Amino acid sequence: MLRKIRIIFALICFSALTLLLLGITWHGYVYMTFVAKIQFIPAVLALNVTAIVGLILMTLLFGRIYCSVICPLGVMQDVFSWIGGKIKRNRFNYSAEKRALRYVILMIFIIALIMGFAPLTTILEPYAAYGRIVNTLLKPLVDTLNNYIADIAWEHGSYAFTPVEVWLRGVTVPIVAALTLICIVALALKSGRTYCNTICPVGSMLSLLARFSLVKVRFDKDKCRNCSLCEKNCKASAIDFRNGTIDYSRCVVCGDCIDKCRFDALHYTLDRKNQQHEVQIDTSRRAMIVATTSATVAATTAKAMAAVNSGVATVSDKAILHRQHHILPPGAVTHDRFAKKCIACQLCVSACPNNVLRPAADAGRFMQPEMSYERGYCRPECNQCGQVCPTSAIKEFEVWEKTDIHIGHAVWIKENCVVLNDNVSCGNCARHCPVEAINMVPYKDKPFQKIPAVDVTKCIGCGACENLCPARPFSAIYIEGHQQHVYA
Amino acid sequence: MNRRDFIKLMTGAAVVGATTAVGCDKISRHGDATQNVIDGTGTMTYRVNPNTGDKVSLLGYGMMRLPVEGGGAARENPDSPIDQELVNKQVDYALEHGVNYFDTSPVYCKGLSERSTGIALSRHPRDAYFIATKMSNFGPETWPAKASKLIFENSLKELQTDYVDYLLLHGVGMPGGGKNGMEAFYGRFVDNGILDWLVEQKNNGRIRNLGFSYHGDVAVFDMLLRWHNEGKYHWDFAQIELNYLDWEYANEINPRNTDAVYLYEELHKRGIMAVIMEPLLGGRLASLSPSIMARLQTREPQSSAARWAFRYAGTPQGVLTVLSGMTYMEHLIENVNTYSPLRPLSDDENRLMMLIAKDVYELKAVPCTACNYCMPCPYGIDIPGNFQHYNKSISDDTMPPHDCNAEQYKALRKKFLADYDRRVPKLRQANHCIGCNHCVQHCPQSINIPAELQRIDNFVEYLKQHPA
Repeated sequence: MLRKIRIIFALICFSALTLLLLGITWHGYVYMTFVAKIQFIPAVLALNVTAIVGLILMTLLFGRIYCSVICPLGVMQDVFSWIGGKIKRNRFNYSAEKRALRYVILMIFIIALIMGFAPLTTILEPYAAYGRIVNTLLKPLVDTLNNYIADIAWEHGSYAFTPVEVWLRGVTVPIVAALTLICIVALALKSGRTYCNTICPVGSMLSLLARFSLVKVRFDKDKCRNCSLCEKNCKASAIDFRNGTIDYSRCVVCGDCIDKCRFDALHYTLDRKNQQHEVQIDTSRRAMIVATTSATVAATTAKAMAAVNSGVATVSDKAILHRQHHILPPGAVTHDRFAKKCIACQLCVSACPNNVLRPAADAGRFMQPEMSYERGYCRPECNQCGQVCPTSAIKEFEVWEKTDIHIGHAVWIKENCVVLNDNVSCGNCARHCPVEAINMVPYKDKPFQKIPAVDVTKCIGCGACENLCPARPFSAIYIEGHQQHVYA
Repeated sequence: MNRRDFIKLMTGAAVVGATTAVGCDKISRHGDATQNVIDGTGTMTYRVNPNTGDKVSLLGYGMMRLPVEGGGAARENPDSPIDQELVNKQVDYALEHGVNYFDTSPVYCKGLSERSTGIALSRHPRDAYFIATKMSNFGPETWPAKASKLIFENSLKELQTDYVDYLLLHGVGMPGGGKNGMEAFYGRFVDNGILDWLVEQKNNGRIRNLGFSYHGDVAVFDMLLRWHNEGKYHWDFAQIELNYLDWEYANEINPRNTDAVYLYEELHKRGIMAVIMEPLLGGRLASLSPSIMARLQTREPQSSAARWAFRYAGTPQGVLTVLSGMTYMEHLIENVNTYSPLRPLSDDENRLMMLIAKDVYELKAVPCTACNYCMPCPYGIDIPGNFQHYNKSISDDTMPPHDCNAEQYKALRKKFLADYDRRVPKLRQANHCIGCNHCVQHCPQSINIPAELQRIDNFVEYLKQHPA
């Protein structure tokens, strides 16, 4: 019963979050982002008091059901562990808790979180790890499939599916995601929840509370016949049937043991009558996580632009130019604040419909997103990144607020401008500026050649000018990011 | 004299209420395509050129939109070569069914139309058809006499012949080389002596009829007719754009253009036969919006929009031939049927077409015929592609209303934007037009292309910013 309920809830949360990360939201947007926002670390970063208190109370009452139901990485491990169980039955054994290791990692994580040291927090945080796996490994496949379906549907007059661009937004994240996936799948197949109970800082944090939880899985020693099935099916390796003990710091309340027990000797209950203290055995059979060296995930090369018609001129792709300061979406407030709050889950990257957000190219910011305008610009009607961000690294903002938040400013590069190079009139930047921050003014002694002049106090840094500038591969007008977004 | 009066005069005793009823009393168990054919029961209608006595078929074959390998014309498959086998097959069919006027130009089909036309036609006796080609010296680099003469000599070579039946000064009235219509005319034909040289060629028998095709500045058109009156130059024929929309609305649609009624009657009163181009406006009049089409179908359920348009263009007696750039065999067969023989429009039908013209005009489509003269845009815009998408939304009745609260807005918006991205790659959409005006002088329709692209861009921007 407990197991069935757990599976139902887990699947609901898991699929909601996965679909959200895939960008498939239909109309369930609000409910789906809810699951992202009750993720533990995101809630902490967002100072979401309701969620934090709720999660703490839930753990104190019922144990680590968070890990079995809400955490997508946990549920993913359960799926692979279940597959592992089909390959080799009854494969688990009790093992002692690696307490020292757990708490050292937890301490490092907490310090990194406070210091805003992104490389560590982003790697260790379980939800972000799952986000990256879905965004960079699964989403391209799903998007490709979507495009096939969209083509077929369109040929039959249906607009139910919208084609999306599939492109490689960077190489670091897919590599990190692939390594994470390989490690976690390998561990899950072999030994269940090792990751959660050894490495995961959220698991360690919750285990501190779960030791004292009110409702627990408890042994009824009178009924137990020492058949060992419970221990052999405990993916957390937390049951020691010989001593009739369960390590509640590692029990994720999955209910598998209860289902497996043929003698009704295990109950998820308040009842303390047969409670035994957990014991620790110091032998260890678990191997530590070793980073898989396989770098087999070859970067799929970005597709060149569609074949050029002879009837149309060749247009080269825009190249990524070097910005002194990177650009962050409205709602990021300051670069420092964002760097501390973002866990690089890539949810905003998934959500961005304009191909603007992508993981930072610069390794120092370690997979945290940034904006760039080669393929699109930050469109005035969109506020999706702020809506999805679970850590509030990107604060929610209204569409109308966008013209009041200056995330950067445009800079004109004379050497690239077609007005001077091709001797034509242009003004495409000025024409598309949503805040009329660009004036076309006569160039020096050539009154017929009008060049763009930017009013930086008006410019909001949306990148319409950069994206629609005809100069290629480098635009003649581009955005420099603001380290502190200016509100006006 | 208005159009109706003149039809009365001209058609006079001509067959007005030609046979409309084909079919039988019995129920047919077999499919029979001819049952649906209203016209096409007899032989091709011919018109006589008074200068040479040529009996010219009312349907002329335009060789600008030749089929390419891989389907469609160059517009659909830009990189494919011309499908010569199909061209041969279609030319054979046309000749067999009485079509004897073939109109090409050195610039059509990326400069390959004349060769292809020559290959197809040279398989038949030279006196079985008339060849029309043009002095297409558009670029200033071809204005020097030597270069222009070379164009003509090359035409003869490509067409595998030693004389041209109809030679046209191509696109008089169009601007070019940064000059306006009048200046460009002098630069191309007068200052370099090419017009006189062509007259010489006519006297030598290398050109049988000398005329011009006209687009744009009406001052040039008027001047040429004045010269005709003064005896300075004699025009054996002239090619103008005529269809039921341009008859009275060409000027309303674009102040830079002139209504066909004026052009036609100026020619007609001088006895100059008119060759008609754009009877369908590049196919736009072949695909009308469902509500407009229903009105034509109410009158004649089995007539296509194209058939109506061809009947309209062919009815005036001063028309020598009506050109159609037929890419598909299906279109050729239908058009041959329409003119075999021509069933001239009755007064009543003519009135209907004028009402239809008003409705089509009011839809405010971009008057682009997808001739591709504007291409390539140096900044990569697919100009005709953008206009075709916009026009198709109009003719399909799927144009989203410019009001996000309107009924159907949401669904139509989605369709418009999704189709736009499919038909025109993002990089080639209207928002990338910088307004350099490079294209404007190349447009035979005198469309202010950057302004129209900006109009589309603004509309798309509205749709994007108003999800619902």
